[in-house]
Amino acid sequence: MKILVTMKRVADPDNANKVKISGDGTQVTSEGLEWKPNPFDEYGVEAALRILEDGVGSGKLRGEVVVVTIGPEEVTQQIRQCLAMGADRGILVSGDDDKLDAMIVARTMAKLVEKEQPDLVIMGKQAVDGDSNQASQMLAEILGWPQATFAGHVEVPEDLSSATVTREVDGGAAKVKVAFPAVLSVDLRIVTPTGVNNNVAAGKDYQEGPRYASLRGIMKAKKKPIDKLTLDDLGVDRTLQVRTVSFTQPAARSAGVILETVQELVQKLQDEAKVL
Amino acid sequence: MLSFELTDEQKILRDTVRDFAQNEIAPVAQELDEKEQFSVELTRKMGELGLFGMFVSEEYGGTEMGYIAYVIAVEEIARVDGSHAATIAAGNSLGIGPIYYFGSEDQKKKYLPDLCEGETLAGFGLTEPDAGSDAGGSKTTAVRDGDDWIINGSKIFITNAANPLTSVTVVQTVTGKNDKGRKEYSCFLVPADTPGLTANEMHGKLMWRSSNTAELFFDDMRVPGNALLGKQGEGFHQMLETLDGGRLSIAAMGLGGAQGAYEKALAYSQERKQFGKPICKNQAIAFKLANMATQIEAARNMLYKACWQREQKQPFQKLAAMSKLFCSEIFRYVASEAVQIHGGYGLMKEYDVERFFRDQKLLEIGEGTSEIQRMVISRYIGC
Repeated sequence: MKILVTMKRVADPDNANKVKISGDGTQVTSEGLEWKPNPFDEYGVEAALRILEDGVGSGKLRGEVVVVTIGPEEVTQQIRQCLAMGADRGILVSGDDDKLDAMIVARTMAKLVEKEQPDLVIMGKQAVDGDSNQASQMLAEILGWPQATFAGHVEVPEDLSSATVTREVDGGAAKVKVAFPAVLSVDLRIVTPTGVNNNVAAGKDYQEGPRYASLRGIMKAKKKPIDKLTLDDLGVDRTLQVRTVSFTQPAARSAGVILETVQELVQKLQDEAKVL
Repeated sequence: MLSFELTDEQKILRDTVRDFAQNEIAPVAQELDEKEQFSVELTRKMGELGLFGMFVSEEYGGTEMGYIAYVIAVEEIARVDGSHAATIAAGNSLGIGPIYYFGSEDQKKKYLPDLCEGETLAGFGLTEPDAGSDAGGSKTTAVRDGDDWIINGSKIFITNAANPLTSVTVVQTVTGKNDKGRKEYSCFLVPADTPGLTANEMHGKLMWRSSNTAELFFDDMRVPGNALLGKQGEGFHQMLETLDGGRLSIAAMGLGGAQGAYEKALAYSQERKQFGKPICKNQAIAFKLANMATQIEAARNMLYKACWQREQKQPFQKLAAMSKLFCSEIFRYVASEAVQIHGGYGLMKEYDVERFFRDQKLLEIGEGTSEIQRMVISRYIGC
């Protein structure tokens, strides 16, 4: 079985307060920022590794995990980090964020699916920078594959032919079964200790969160291949459908007021906030 | 050509160890310190991550990531907690180092794979109650008896040598006199279960309270001839060489500790408001932080250069001594100012800078005092 996992590099979410907007308001500047794999994509890598685990602790997978990214040359560091976690190889398609939108990403992925013929594509439910949450749905549509988005729990049978996915939806969970090939997008709960059950390593409790890139993993990752491609190599239509007009910083929060009575509060909610 | 760029592997390593330290060690560091408790569980986890055997070849279970990578790892652990950085630094430089560099093929195969997995730990027995900086004052003796050796004496302040994971301790002994009439030293690998060995965990420490420190007693302890490390009479040289390398990791502990204390002080100074504004807006506080950041940057460059020299197989001893001295002393300045910036809260155990302030002091004493470092440096520069 082959799983394609997407990974986008994002500005370190722990340092989000350092994100600045350029003077003309058209760009988010990345100066001085540290880059990390998008957390939801790291969860995707972890999910892929858990799905393919052999259950006997050999460290070998029952298939191949390929990490795919679109970005500048420096993203090789984040790809290597995923390879150090245990993925087998990487594909880097060169591209700049400001010349991409979700549809171009989905079209690029569709071309890569054609080339790689995976049984499953796993994507983070969204990147924590743009928060678009569109690429996986668009990809499934282009491919005509079944999709299960916001996966919080995945169970696969021993023969790896399908997945029963518990999706996180408003106010609860929805359970769907998708036959492979399929597209999955994953949510936070997928990396809880019991987020994935592959019926081979059944009953195994994983560590909370994605695994660390161990030092042995880092050294092994040095020798793992990363293919480098361009959007032109893949013949991707690069017409942007989303045009960024401008960015603005969120307004600074103004100080609160302390009210004397409940009556006053209700009054203000009615007249000023207009929510009642 | 001058380049300050780390490799991808070193960058990934820093991220990984930082996340690990933040997620696994930080939440329990204060409690373990308070209880003066060594954590077998965390040591195993650090082993699983691969923090032991970083300069050991793959053949013996190491990762061969090199010295810069090793000090980055120690630095990142020390940024969060000195005790656990001590477990790693001593485990590698003092425990694994002598066996890897001076051990026979049999000894390496016997001990290194488990040590590199973090399944076991090794101690390094040099200091004695009456022989600290003056290692020539050692009284522990080994006397030949047929093929065996009989060892008598004691060692003190030995890291990683009295806990459930300890498998072996390197013990330096006096094995006679050489041609010049000077004491001849030889080292032995003493398994933890050797009859005649008593290993007591030492308590009541000011600092590194969740690292394991041992007092060892040898009472007619018999070890076989093949327990000798290298050749008879090589003990003094082996110890000196081990300490040269050990200085790099002690320096890394100073650097990492300073970085951690500085970050805590900076964050606190941005949040703490007095006289209607964050205290970092006061020049008195801002200049302290500027000094801290500058010293840390200088210390890091010096230490990384020493590691680079070692990786390039150039003489690194002078710069290693300078780095150990400088990183320990800037940590004293940074930790002290970090407490100062925290004011009254900095004196309380709930605030990490209180622990950093205590942990710092060892670095000016252990593995060669600052005075000894200055002696070493002064000899190198021709005094």
